Amino acid sequence: MSLDVAAIKKDFPLLARDFNGKPLVYIDSAATSQKPRQVIDAITDYYENYNANVHRGVFGIAEQATNALEAARDKVRLFIGAASCAEIIFVRNATEALNLVAHSWGRSNLHKGDVVVLTELEHHSNIVPWQQLRTELGIELRFIPVDASGHLVLDDLADMVDGAKMVSISAMSNVLGTVIPVRRIADVAHAAGAVVCLDACQYVPHLPCDVTELGADFLAFSAHKMCGPTGVGVLYGREALLEAMPPFLGGGGMIKDVTLDGFSAAELPWKFEAGTPAIAEIIGFGAAIDYLNGIGMPAIRQHEIELAAYTLRTLKGRFGDGITIYGPSEPSERGAVFSFGFGGLHPHDISQVLDDHGVCVRAGHHCAKPLMRKLGIGATARASLYLYNDESDVDALAEALAAAAKFFGF
Amino acid sequence: MPGLEDLYREIVLDHYRSPRNRGELPAPPAHRTEGFNPLCGDEIVVYLQVDGDIITDVKIGGQGCSISQSSASMMSAAIKGKTVQEARSLTRAFKAMMSIHESTLDGSDADTGPDPSIRLGDLEALRGVARVPVRIKCATLSWNTLAQGLDEAEDDIAV
Repeated sequence: MSLDVAAIKKDFPLLARDFNGKPLVYIDSAATSQKPRQVIDAITDYYENYNANVHRGVFGIAEQATNALEAARDKVRLFIGAASCAEIIFVRNATEALNLVAHSWGRSNLHKGDVVVLTELEHHSNIVPWQQLRTELGIELRFIPVDASGHLVLDDLADMVDGAKMVSISAMSNVLGTVIPVRRIADVAHAAGAVVCLDACQYVPHLPCDVTELGADFLAFSAHKMCGPTGVGVLYGREALLEAMPPFLGGGGMIKDVTLDGFSAAELPWKFEAGTPAIAEIIGFGAAIDYLNGIGMPAIRQHEIELAAYTLRTLKGRFGDGITIYGPSEPSERGAVFSFGFGGLHPHDISQVLDDHGVCVRAGHHCAKPLMRKLGIGATARASLYLYNDESDVDALAEALAAAAKFFGF
Repeated sequence: MPGLEDLYREIVLDHYRSPRNRGELPAPPAHRTEGFNPLCGDEIVVYLQVDGDIITDVKIGGQGCSISQSSASMMSAAIKGKTVQEARSLTRAFKAMMSIHESTLDGSDADTGPDPSIRLGDLEALRGVARVPVRIKCATLSWNTLAQGLDEAEDDIAV
């Protein structure tokens, strides 16, 4: 293994606890990741030592809080290779970031008959806001199909994006683990004159990310899936695009001036940050980025490729045709997230037995019902691994699955 | 946290593996009602043939986990041949076992609680579900669908 996982596990207090008398095996990181001590400490430090509202406060701890928040913004900027902090908008989560794009950029740039291209494997958060615009404005939505192997069908890509104003796609599937060839799609989209928005919620936590290399005009992701706290997400947007967009939410913090006749908006990025932000969480997010940088994103990616290979080998080797693992079979084309069917058992029943063994997996449609319909399944169980998982976690999953097979008698 | 054996009693697994009254009824004259659990995508279809006050036939379609499927199977066996009123009483008793107590917003005493004389029979085997809150929705999906179907059946009769 590329990483010293034993040492990494020690940084995560929760991973030391047991459950039902068994060690807790946490493999649900695509839903939310665990938090290292460093992140928890940064949040506690803020609340214990310099809790104050940010911006405008002239007293010492208010300045300290403001500086810490803006320092976190710069860490985010560097982490994704953005040119300026004006391009880093703090929101609640990736869902809110995508809604900001749809409602602010969409309402001011799209008109009846305009085309927005999505894919069949999107999370609901990158489908529903566009469907709302379809109802409101009469835009047309097109969906790039996904094939049985979990890859997008890109043969007709040029035709698909022809005339499109926006191409908004996942960078990595939260169900199948497929790493999407976003640069290839972005190049074709840009040639057609479209703006490219990436739902990078599963991508940024797991792969080195550079918005220029990816060809992203907008990029959305959440802190809580990358060792950070809940309640913070990021919208990256190219400055020229953000400048031209109207504010999304109105209120304190996002204005330059307000009279009874109207308002003028603040500069970027604050124009899009109405109300008191999640200060403690943003500072904690900065600590999470420091933590990930300390280990190194290329090493994390390499670790997850190795772990994906081990997982596929172990589960297929042990259960053969009894297990169906969706998504790419080539580890380098996927992340370490595995949706699977097992012996005809319902995912709820699988996860119930796994829970009894202290193994935490998710069961359901993973907020991707159109993809589930395409795959012809109602729900899957999903195991998703991260930098703090190793072969022992995969082995525990396999043991628990064997116990489920025994329990339900097949 | 109850053990697995408490949740998956043998009779529950039996109804899961060999569901009773599985199939469809021509609708109309039967009433066809769909129920969904949006959390997991499970769906239940309840077909009710109501003649006068009697549920003369019932069939169950759809797909779901062992808890939702066995609950639907046991429900179908329990209500077939019963009156609509008896089915409603049984529904209240079952939901009470799941720790769900119907109440009214206006504070009236419309809810008199489940009738203590109601015998749940095989359905008692699902009692362990009440201690696993995330699975209560699985167990009650078919019952909520039944309640909706009975309402619709009675509306039709009223017209």
